Amino acid sequence: MARELMKGNEAIAEAAVRVGLQSYFGYPITPQTELLEYLSRRMPELGRAFVQAESELAAINMIYGAASTGVRCMTSSSSPGISLMMEGVSYIAASEIPMVFIDVMRGGPGLGNISPSQSDYNQIVHGGGHGDYQIITLAPSSVQEMVDHIQLAFDLAEKYKMVTCVLADGSIGQMMEPCELPAMRPLRQESEFAGWATRGKHGRAERNVVSSIYLNVAEEEQANFRMMNHWQQVKANEVRYKEYFLDDAELAIVGFGSAGRIALTAVRQARAEGIKVGLLRPITLNPYPEEALDRLTDRVKSILVTEMNGGQMLRDVERIVRGRVPVEFYGRTGGVVPFPDEILGEIHRMAAGNLPMGGDPHIRWLERMARKN
Amino acid sequence: MPVKGRIVVDDVFCKGCELCASVCPQKVIQMAPERITAKGYHPAELFKDGCTGCAVCAVICPEAAITVYREAPRARVAAEA
Amino acid sequence: MATLQANEQVVYQRPRALTEVNTHYCPGCTHGVAHRLVAEVLDEMGLQDRTVGVACVGCSVFAYNYFDIDWVQAPHGRAPAVATGVKRSLPHDSIVFTYQGDGDLASIGTAEIIHAAARGENITVIYINNANYGMTGGQMAPTTLPGQKTTSSQTGRDVELQGYPIRAAELLANLDGASYVVRRSLHDPKNIRMAKKAIQTAFETQVRGLGFSLVELLSICPTNWGMTPVESLGWLNDHMIPYYPIGDFKVISALQKETCASKAEG
Repeated sequence: MARELMKGNEAIAEAAVRVGLQSYFGYPITPQTELLEYLSRRMPELGRAFVQAESELAAINMIYGAASTGVRCMTSSSSPGISLMMEGVSYIAASEIPMVFIDVMRGGPGLGNISPSQSDYNQIVHGGGHGDYQIITLAPSSVQEMVDHIQLAFDLAEKYKMVTCVLADGSIGQMMEPCELPAMRPLRQESEFAGWATRGKHGRAERNVVSSIYLNVAEEEQANFRMMNHWQQVKANEVRYKEYFLDDAELAIVGFGSAGRIALTAVRQARAEGIKVGLLRPITLNPYPEEALDRLTDRVKSILVTEMNGGQMLRDVERIVRGRVPVEFYGRTGGVVPFPDEILGEIHRMAAGNLPMGGDPHIRWLERMARKN
Repeated sequence: MPVKGRIVVDDVFCKGCELCASVCPQKVIQMAPERITAKGYHPAELFKDGCTGCAVCAVICPEAAITVYREAPRARVAAEA
Repeated sequence: MATLQANEQVVYQRPRALTEVNTHYCPGCTHGVAHRLVAEVLDEMGLQDRTVGVACVGCSVFAYNYFDIDWVQAPHGRAPAVATGVKRSLPHDSIVFTYQGDGDLASIGTAEIIHAAARGENITVIYINNANYGMTGGQMAPTTLPGQKTTSSQTGRDVELQGYPIRAAELLANLDGASYVVRRSLHDPKNIRMAKKAIQTAFETQVRGLGFSLVELLSICPTNWGMTPVESLGWLNDHMIPYYPIGDFKVISALQKETCASKAEG
């Protein structure tokens, strides 16, 4: 199939349509608005459901309704809008039904700004809503991965009856790149819907109820155990990541999405200088590539975590590295995008050695940034 | 000759709220003084003759606990209750 | 259950669309009446098998236990949004209704109900107004009357401090997207019969694809009002109806013609 030059937000929208998106509900927010605009035209053209909701709260709850009927459905937003959606995300996760959402992250906290950021790692990976639940989280770093990840997101959401997030950022949403779109698939037929879907009884003996209420605390605890045990299957089967130049690496960088992409440029420059550095780019942030990082820790002298936030994933890396090698952090936050040169500077620092074991990489980073400004 | 009817109250559902007794035009419903349901309520019952099967009790019953019967041929269809 | 005797007809029996489950509602609570009326209408219109209900948060959170239909249990106030998602994702002949209390619809869910009505969303809303928050123990609701004592307006609602009640039906009737918006009361058999007719018309509005329909039902809350069920019916009549008049606030012409025609036939 021919490759097309598309904006990330539009590519992910079209890819979703082609893999059977039947209902979309959203609310405008920069930098994801093109996604909503694109679908506002495309969905009605195909006779599928599109509603521009009155708020992100309404949008996520429309998705809750749509997801209950067993159709492929999704919503999209950006960081502050995702915060608003968290109530619904918790309900949907607790109802154990498949749902997909896209977060095109921007600078924060608060209203922040519309520049690219990775400010929602904690909110998505460690749960922004209430209760014990997990969101399968995919982190694209190119327009092609936007396309690939949305297909994967629907498949995983349905396979595990779980909420799945494509966690992109403003730069991937806004950038144009060539990509290969999937072929158009037919929508699900009436006979193909899952048995739990609330589509009206139509002769079924038992009624279907989609709900997250367990007034009996023992039942609620059992539901939590069930979901946690179910999550172990996701952890065992669905970890995805990419390794670059790690075979002979002495230094390793860990970064996802745009930060991973920028780090890769820096890694290539460093390689050209003869520095043996490589990159681990998690594709699933949840489940996290723990074993890959664990093995890597035993092979390298030090690890640099780079993010477009103040070190949210850093804590997961530290937890897995367990103090075996020095861990450093370099991030830009509030919508500032790091240049490859900044990462290259960090690689030079690592290559020079003398990095401290232990301590808090986040605090050392804060001190370095204070000196820089 | 007045129409003859009767009601059957399902003790599983009745909570003894007395709304049926309060609206009964014939005043033939009471909360059974000697009987208690599994949930601990005195259930509604017919306590004397005179029920016409008008179904007003069923119209106000919050628990759909009352089945109303009426002697044919003057009975109207159930949907009009 | 007694069996039918010779020369006898069943005048009234429990609707099929209700499950054989004892409700958690307090004795005399008119939620039960509203449930029964909705179930009767689903039975009589033959809609049970293609209907999905959307339950709210409040006393009626467990409505899904009491109707033998598919249900989605929505977050507080969001039922109209959830219903929108369900309705738009199902085949066109599917029926979707929300069942919401006054805290749910007129307080936390004002945005969702207004916009569902404004969109002309082809759903039916059964709205229970009992002038307080029932499930949390009788706090002041947006519908609590001026001067009415609740657990969070203990000396009576002071409009200077706590503002005025919201007449949701009148408010929503102003929206062009709304097709059928009426208020009825459940305080006596005559009004209950009128309420059932309204619920029928509301579902018929949806069946005919005519858009948004809402029936507000004035209801009692004996436990939190601190009265017997029978006293509560009187209080509703004396205090609620003057503030919340029974009436048709929006009936689009397509429905009016229908009403006239059926009257002529009848």
